[in-house]
Order: sequence, then C-alpha cells, then structure tokens
Amino acid sequence: MTTRQFGAPVQRKEDPRLVTGNGRYLDDLGHTAYEVAFVRSPHAHARITDIDVDGALEVDGVIAVYTHEDLDGPVGDRLPLLIPHPSIVAGRTGHALAKDDVNHVGEAIVMVVARDRYLAEDAAQRIVVSYDFLPPIVGLEKSRDGEGLVHDDAPGNVAAHLLQEVGNVEAAMAKAPRTLTLDLEIERSACMPMEGKGVLAHWDADEQRMRIHSSTQTTTGVRAAVASKLQLPLAQVECIAPDVGGGFGVKIMHPWPEEVLIPWAARRLDHDVKWTEDRREHFTSSAHERGQLQQVTVGFDDDGRLLALDVKFWHDNGAYLPYGVIVPIITATQLLGPYKPQNYRVEFWSMYTNTVLVTPYRGAGRPQGCFAMERTMDAIAAELGIDRTEVRSRNFIQPEEMPYDQGLLFQDGRPLKYDSGDFPASLAKLKALVGWDDFTAYREQAEAEGRKVGLGIGCYVEGTGVGPYEGGHVHVETSGRVNVATGLTTQGQGHQTILAQIVADELGVSIDDVHVTTGDTRRMPYAVGTFASRGAVMSGNAVALAARAVRAKALRIAADALEVSEADLQIEDGTISVKGAPHASIALSTVAVMSNPLRYAFDESAKAATQFAGAFDPDKPPVADDDEPGLEGKDYYSPTQATFANGMHAAIVETDPVTAEITILRYCVIHDCGTVVNPMIVEGQVHGGVAQGVGGALYERMAYDETGQLLNASFMDFLIPYASEVPHIETDHLETPSPLNPLGIKGAGEAGTIPVTAVIASAIEDAEGFPIRSMPISPTELWDLRREHAAAAQSTSASTPTTTTTPTQESA
Amino acid sequence: MKPAPFVHHSPRTLDEAVAVLGDVGHDGKVLAGGQSLIPVLNMRLAQPAHLVDINRVAGLDTVTVTDTSVRVGAIVRHAQLEKHDGAYAVLPLLRQALRNVAHPAIRNRGTTVGSIAHADAAGEMPSIAVLTDAVIEAIGPRGRREIAAREFFEGPLQTLLEADEILEAVRFGRFAPGTRTAFLESARRHGDYALAGLGVAVDVEGDGPDAVVRGARAAYVSVTDIPVVLDLSEAVAGQRVSSASWDGVEELVQAGIAPEADIHASSDYRRALAVELTRRALTTAATTTEPATTTTEGHA
Amino acid sequence: MTDTDQTAPALVDVTLRVNGVEHTRTVEPRRLLSDFLRHDLRLTGTHVGCEHGVCGACTVLVDGDPMRSCLMFAVSAQEHELTTVEGLGTQEAMGPVQQAFVECHGLQCGFCTPGFVTTISAFIEENPDPTLEEAREAISGNLCRCTGYQNICKAVVRAAEIRRERSTSSTEAGERA
Repeated sequence: MTTRQFGAPVQRKEDPRLVTGNGRYLDDLGHTAYEVAFVRSPHAHARITDIDVDGALEVDGVIAVYTHEDLDGPVGDRLPLLIPHPSIVAGRTGHALAKDDVNHVGEAIVMVVARDRYLAEDAAQRIVVSYDFLPPIVGLEKSRDGEGLVHDDAPGNVAAHLLQEVGNVEAAMAKAPRTLTLDLEIERSACMPMEGKGVLAHWDADEQRMRIHSSTQTTTGVRAAVASKLQLPLAQVECIAPDVGGGFGVKIMHPWPEEVLIPWAARRLDHDVKWTEDRREHFTSSAHERGQLQQVTVGFDDDGRLLALDVKFWHDNGAYLPYGVIVPIITATQLLGPYKPQNYRVEFWSMYTNTVLVTPYRGAGRPQGCFAMERTMDAIAAELGIDRTEVRSRNFIQPEEMPYDQGLLFQDGRPLKYDSGDFPASLAKLKALVGWDDFTAYREQAEAEGRKVGLGIGCYVEGTGVGPYEGGHVHVETSGRVNVATGLTTQGQGHQTILAQIVADELGVSIDDVHVTTGDTRRMPYAVGTFASRGAVMSGNAVALAARAVRAKALRIAADALEVSEADLQIEDGTISVKGAPHASIALSTVAVMSNPLRYAFDESAKAATQFAGAFDPDKPPVADDDEPGLEGKDYYSPTQATFANGMHAAIVETDPVTAEITILRYCVIHDCGTVVNPMIVEGQVHGGVAQGVGGALYERMAYDETGQLLNASFMDFLIPYASEVPHIETDHLETPSPLNPLGIKGAGEAGTIPVTAVIASAIEDAEGFPIRSMPISPTELWDLRREHAAAAQSTSASTPTTTTTPTQESA
Repeated sequence: MKPAPFVHHSPRTLDEAVAVLGDVGHDGKVLAGGQSLIPVLNMRLAQPAHLVDINRVAGLDTVTVTDTSVRVGAIVRHAQLEKHDGAYAVLPLLRQALRNVAHPAIRNRGTTVGSIAHADAAGEMPSIAVLTDAVIEAIGPRGRREIAAREFFEGPLQTLLEADEILEAVRFGRFAPGTRTAFLESARRHGDYALAGLGVAVDVEGDGPDAVVRGARAAYVSVTDIPVVLDLSEAVAGQRVSSASWDGVEELVQAGIAPEADIHASSDYRRALAVELTRRALTTAATTTEPATTTTEGHA
Repeated sequence: MTDTDQTAPALVDVTLRVNGVEHTRTVEPRRLLSDFLRHDLRLTGTHVGCEHGVCGACTVLVDGDPMRSCLMFAVSAQEHELTTVEGLGTQEAMGPVQQAFVECHGLQCGFCTPGFVTTISAFIEENPDPTLEEAREAISGNLCRCTGYQNICKAVVRAAEIRRERSTSSTEAGERA
C-alpha cells in the first residue's frame, strides 16, 4: 500500500543536501569567474559631473572598468517599469549604471571587473566621482510638501495616485452616530535574506548562448529581461536559480541592474563573470518596504458596527518605481481583512524619496493595511468600552456570505472576492488558545506583582495564489524515476518536497522516485515566479494536473496491455494492477518503455519497445495521430482570481514599568490556508513569518538621516531578531478548502508576518492604556510615550474638566 | 566587503613583535583576536599597511591568579577567562561581565586585553578594568611601562597606548574582602552592544540578611565617554542587604554619566535606564550567592 | 593619491588542516578564512552572510570551538584543527545535528544552517542534555531569517538525544565486540 503523502508531515527531500554543506548557492558556483565590485553613490541626490577611473586601471588584476558611457544599446536605456498601472502618473526607473544623476545612496555608478572581489574592491576605491549636490528628499513628510523634487519631471514627488470607492462614504460617514480619526505611521524594514543577491553569467561564444545563474525569485522574468536588453533571441538565453538563501520578496524584483550588467560584461569579455552582493550593498542597493503614513476615518454605530471607512495613505516608494504600485494596491485592498465596512473609500499617493527603492517584502503592503484596520478596531472598542473581539465579531463576514465580493480590484486586476473562510470559528479557536476570557484575572495577578501585561489581537485576510499561471511537467523515465518540473523558483519553501508529495499521490508512486526541479528555464520555459504565497497553489495544482495527464496515459497503455478496462486499474507503488486481481499487473516503468516506440535498444528494458519486439497493428502508426511518444504530461494552472487565506493572532506582552523594555510572553496563531499539503512545512512558514513580524514590530527599521544616509546599514545596527528575541509560537489550524482549485489549497508563505505589527501594537496599548499609533516601537520610544501621556494627563486634569470624544493625542 | 591589502607579520616572541611594530609604527596595527578590528578592515574603514599578528607570540595566553590580581595575557580569549575557575573564585565580576560580551563564537576568538586596547565606550571590559583598579602592562621600543586603568582611557577608542606599543597583559585588581559584585546591562538584542550597563562592587560587612552595606562603586558601559568609577557609597552606606533601598543613587548616577543619543535610544532614556540598572545591579550584588571576594584564601 | 607603496604585499603559503586533511594554497595575507575555505578549498558549505561577524553563517570549529571564519584571516588559522559543516557528516551518514535538523524541520532555505550545525555540534559536546531554554540561548548568536528558530531549538534537543543514543549504541557495540 502506498501511504498517502498529501497532508502528511513528510521530511524534506532537499534537507540531507543542505545540512551537510552540499547546497549550491550562487557564490558556490563559478570559482574561476571574474568578479565584480561597484562604485556606488555615497550621496542621496546629486548630479555626476565627472568620473575618473584611471587609478582603477592601474590595479594589477583589473580586467575592465565600465561606466554608463560604455553601455551600448538597450543596456544603457532605463530599466523597465515592470507592472504598468493606470494610476502611475510619473513612473521613473533607474539605469543599470547611473547616467547623469544619482537618486539614492548605493546607486551603482561604476562597474569594476577583476580577477577576484578583493582586487575589484581595491580598484573601486581608487575611482573618483565628482558630484554637484542636490537637496535630498528624505521621508514622506518632506516628499509630500513637494518643495524639493526627487525627479524634476515628477511634480509633487507623486509617482502614482489611486482612489477606489465602494458605496457612498461621504453620505454614510455623515449619518454615522460616531466617528474616529486615527493618524498612523509604519516605518521601513527589509527582507534581508541571509544570502544577498548574486548573478553568474556564462557566455558561450561558439553557440552564441547565454547562461545566467541568478539568486532570483523569477528565472523566466530575468531570462526575458536579459534577452531583451542584450538583444538576444529568447531561445539563446537560459536562466537558472540555484539554491537560493532566502528571498522574501526582494528577489522577485528584476531585472536588478546587476542581472543585466553581469551577462552584458560576460559577453563583452567572453569570460564568466560573477557578482556576489555583500551585506552593505544589500542594505543600500536592493529594496526596502513598509514605510507609510496613514489616516483612517471610521464611522460606526453604538454597537461598533462599521458604517463607513475612509482611508488615505502615503506610500514611500523610494527613488524609483520599477515594481509599480503593487504594494500600495495591496495595502488599499487587503486592509479590509475579514470585515465588511459597508462603505469604503481608499486613496493613496505613492511618493518618491531619495532612498532605496521599495518593492514587495513578505506580506507586501498587508502588514500596513492590517495595522490600519486593526488599530481602528481597537480604537472603536476603546471608544465604546466593548471587548475588542466582540467589535471584530460584529463586523465579520459570515461563512454563509461566502463567496464575498468586496467590490474592489485586487493586485492581479481581478475582483477582491473572498472564496471561503470561517472567521467566527477562527476567532473562537484563537480565544481558546490564548485564554482570552481568563486574561483579566492574569492581569490582576501580574499587577499585584508590580508587572504590566497586555493582550493584543490582529486578524487578516490574505489573497494568495495570484495568476496569471504556472505550469507543471511530469515525465516518467523507463527506470521508474519521475521527473517533475515547474518554473517558479524556490527559496526554502520545500517545493521539492510538497510537489513530490502531490505527484506521488496523483501518480501512485513512491515519493523517493519523484524528483522536482524548480526555476530552471531549460526545464520549464513558461512561468511567472515565486511571490504572493503562490507556490503551492499555482505549481501544486499545475503539477497535479500534469500528473493526472500522465496517469491517464499510463492507464490507457496498461489497459491495452492487460486487456482490461482503464476503470478497473489502479496504480500503487509504481505498479499498475487490476483492482481485485493484483497479480495482473505491469510496472509503471514498463509502461514508460511501451509509451515510446524505439528503433534502438539502449538498454535491456528498452528492448521491449523496439520495432521487432512484438506484435503491432500494421494499419496504425507507431505513435497515434493524437498522441506523443513518452510517458509525460504537461499542464498549466491558471485561476480566475486569487484564493483568500486568513488568520488571527494574539499575543501577551509584558512591558517593564521602569525601563519600558518589551517582552512577548506568549504568541498564538490560528491559521487557515485551506487544505494543507505538508503541515510541518506550513507550521515552519508560520513560525518564520511571525519572527519576521516580530522584527518589524519591535526591532527593525531603516534609520535614514535627513541627508539620506542609511545609518544602520549593517547587521550590528539593523536588528534582525536572534532566537533570544523571538517568542515560542503556539499554533492551531483550521482547514477551509478553497473551492477555486482542484487541491483546495491556499497560500501560506506570507501569512505569519502580516498581523504581527498590529498584534504587538494592540498588546502594548492594552498594557499601557494609551494608543500606539506608530510602529515599530522600541523601549526608548515607549518610554517617551509614557512621559508624554503622563504630562498630558497632568495638564488635562489641571486645566480642563471636560473630555473630548475624539482622541487628541497622536503619537509621532 | 574585503579588507585592503596589508603585510602580515607573525612574530613568535614578544621581542620580535615589539621590534616589528617599532619598525612599522603608525602604519601598523596589532592583531590579537580581531573581533573588533577585522569588521573594520572588511568594511575598509581602516587600512593599515601592516598587521602584527600576536596570536603566536609565546607566553601571552595565560591567566595568572595572585594574591592581589588576576593577570590576563594579551591573547587570552574572553571565553578562556570566562571559564577560568580560579579567576572566577577570586574575582567573579570577570565572569559576570564576560557573559555579556557579544556571543560565544566571538568570545572564543576575541581577547579581553584586546577589547581594553580597543577602548570602545560600549565595551564591557574597559569598565571592568577601571572598576577593579586594573593595571595595564604595555611594552614597546622604549621598554615596559605600567599604566593605571583609570588613566589609560583618553576618549572613545583612544588610549595612552602609543602606536608602537603592545598591551602585554592586564592585571585586574582583586577587591577587598567583603566585596560583592554584579554586572548588568540592557541591549536591544541579546549580545548586542548595551544601551546602558554597569558593573558594581558592593562593600558588605557581615553575612546573611543582616549584612550591612558599607559602600559601593560602579563603572558604566555606553553611557560615559570613557569608563569611570562612580562612588555610590554616600547613598548606600548603612543599608541592610536584605531590605536595601537604592533610591538615593539616582542623583549620583545622573551626575556621573553623560550618555549620547543614537539610533537605538535617546540620551534621556539611557539616563533613566542607567539609573534603574544601577538599582537592580546593586540588589543583585548585595544578595548574590556567587563567590564573594571575602574568602581570599585557599583558591588555587 | 596614487600610492606607489601600495604594491601588492607578498603572497604567502597557507597550510590549513580542515576536516582532518591538510591543504596548502598560496594566497594574499588578507585572504579571509571564509574565502579560503570556500573558494580556495571549494568547501562551499561554509556560508557568508554579513562579513562582519554578526550573522554566524560562516561559523566553523577551530580546535572544536565555534568561531566566525569571516573574522579570521586564513594565515592566522594555521596550526589549528578546523572543522566545517562538511566534516560533520555526509548525506549518507549525517551527524547528530544534521540528522536532527532534518527530523525537526530546522531549516528552510538552508543558508544559515551550516553555521548553526557547527555551533550546535560544539554546544552539545559541552552540554549533552540541554533543556529547550538552554538550546535557545545556545543558538542566540546565529541569525536565521526563515525558521523563527523554534524548530532549531527543537533540533538542538533532538541532536543531543541522537548523540546520546549513538554513543550508547556504539559503546554497547564496543562492549559486545
């Protein structure tokens, strides 16, 4: 009996390689390649007046030094704006090497190719670039005031502006018995995969072929971009993602300047060229995310039911807009979470600043949206004196209302229509897990001990598995080995395991016989990429469909051979047999032999398929008109819309009454990502997501000064949590299958990260008794807030006896 | 991030090391554990033309406990000193502080003497040096000299050490009998440089809950330019260890520190933190069950 | 600003003993141990995540003690016994920590994993039966961006268990022999 793999906590197939040092990441390849270092701008905003590279050319071991002037053809043109959108009013992208001006610290200006990276850095430091300085525009407030411009032709520093409205907010707000306005702020963080970016290019001059290895989340995207920039036929370019040391979004952005420049130089020098990004480069030359200012006005009734929600926010997109407005669109739409606001208006401005550009980071705009909505929910609860879970409950979309159309367009240009979910059930599970109703007693006990504790909550809905499509290719070799290929890439999600689980079940073979390749355009040239929690949904369903095609073909051939009906056959452990008559059987490997009529017997098993090996029908061709040789199948999964996962988190925090140090005592997660392929892997995704969320809530930020220098561009000062900062995470699951895809899967990759900032803010607010409106928060900031509120309370009690109904104290 | 080129010197004796450092002078840098120096080299924030690697110099890797001091050689690793039971028995403050120095992998390579030579205001061991009245043993072309730790530090990353001198050892002074110690710091993350921290030495008379505090001194991390010793005695003298109130120290601490703001904390916050940490460290020290330095005899 | 004295310093022969095997290469004195292992010896299991000693991905064992190979020069690592992740087991015969990582899903992208494996291997030698809390503290000098550390903590405890099981069974086997 083959045990069912789908749904089981199967150990990962990729692990024995990775734990023994046998992974192959980008910098593990190309030991003989030339290596590259860049001269990058030390200034946030300046015009380049001169570049003197003479000193660099004197360094022994330098192969070439390139500036923008050297970039011939489309390589010298601006990089593409990847996702055009009608809201973009001034879409600006950079050049692979800066032309005329620089717009953020870290922008590449000169490329040095040398025998190794040490020498390349020696040469780079001898290059002298002269600048005329321009006023740096740093921070949303400065960008918004529009006095100085990042790009002369982007008035007001506005890159994009979008307004969406459902219902009539103005009318509903006017009639609402109560309203509240919240000003909110969330700061920048970044993906910070442990492996930075990297590119290795191999130019085969004889075949005029380019092979690119990139630490990317989309090899098809990089391949197409390089072919276009280098004016090569697509067929002459291949791109492979080796093992990738984490992505979290930053590697879906493409082509990075280096992804264009390294292949360009490899062709020009007719030599392998490699660039391995170092950590400092990653801080100032890749991408950040999260930074937004938000203003939420909400109208509600005395029971806390939403009547109107009016949201404006300003999104800091950095110096350029290559990835379009995906992040703010997601904020604008996913802000709604599990709630129905009745009337909703959201307006955003995507703003240029002289800082590193902004592209999706795990959660991709959702943590900000969730923060806005959940802070609003807590504010309503506080205003009305109602339990925070009760206010949420009253606004939930109910299971019987599914599918529920929020009436907006989502990031894929398709309806924001929730396919399934049971929010009341999720909340009930969360309350039980964290002990919501017992917290009052716990708090009293803590207070008696002189401790301050708080309980927080956050709920989210996440559109996962967006299109347009992914493909699956399944091929059974005559040895019985099953090769599976899908085009999206892997950065630790365990695709080699979960896709093998799916195919093993669909095909009736041992998982040990299934071998999965991802992110290699030689094996699957049509693909989109890994982002938006789409790997399992898209490629999972694609390989399942492909495996079903293979299974059908195998059964057809076996039915012929065994002279039975296909309906009477089963496949188990790689053997096709007649149900109830197990000795009437044929191995799948034999069927693979039979599927491919041969002239040449390359091995013993192949003999059976050669042309004199057996009887055949002389009136039929060896391969039927509607058939193909080989036991293989290919199919694509292309959904009409995203599938919506959801979850709810709660945390108990303790804040030190004197030092304002913040400790997470408990962290509880309820997670619903539909049918689970591998619970061990889903749990791991949740853990990792929460840890990144904790980083974003309490530790990580990009500390720019007013001149645009990033003050904490190292792991010493950008505080990624260690194990000592991440709480033990308690999880419970709900499985509400998606009706949209054959396997019922929803995505799980980003979920853990989304609500954490909202949850921690909620818990600290609960502990402290004053609103938390700006995240992340550190002890020094909490300590400042305490002083402000103590001072305000003193002056209020001293001067005016009346209280206002709108919150007046907004933290900066 | 790769270091700029340098000439590597690997002397086997102290005389050789002194000679070669004398030759290269201001173009040279001593490399001991390198856990502060190499990040700086990798980032090319410093580009010395010569590195005098003293890791193979004979005789610098020992910890010696005497009646008056714990003498730590120039290439004794933090971890080696931290785990040294003899040193712990007579001066538990060393282990108490060393546990807070970065992470174990750094402590396995980094040297205690090197961190004192580095003189980072956020370093733990410079403060311990001044609190223990340590003596710095330097050697150079002009011979050996001894410098009191209290005079050694001139400013952040600046000491009295000349460019051609090597720190041979540091002698941490043992406390008088009856001294109880503790080290406490608060960092954003476990193992990071502290926002504020301190070592305290509390002079206690008697045993058990009725023991009485006679005086206390503290030396701070990250809230003073250079490590200095604050005498807190006037605020704490006469308290019983089991029921002590340390509220009186606030004024003395406030007057004795001058924290600067950075991206991790404001100056005011560091002040408040330093005061609170002082109270907590005093409580820990006064009630410690770790070996007090009272029992000076019998430790090998 | 063209410094004539910046001619390349002499190359040096560096001999390192890694995973029990001696290797000699001629390199610049500034060659970081991490680069020497990865690019000169092609032992690419040791990874480089920050090159300033914070992330721990490059941690190797020097005479059994975990150290950052990005904060050591290869030339300084001579006369020591070095162990990298490759020396702690193979795919066919994994070491206890490697086995435990597989069983406990202690890795995702795997980039930080070699640094954890070396660190934990040394830790369980010193502390053969750690609690979960001790496990968490032991790994608190290594960054992981994928796992949230929970399963790594679990893997530390499990690795210690495997190590004890193996030493018991090998002792028994020895006694039987």
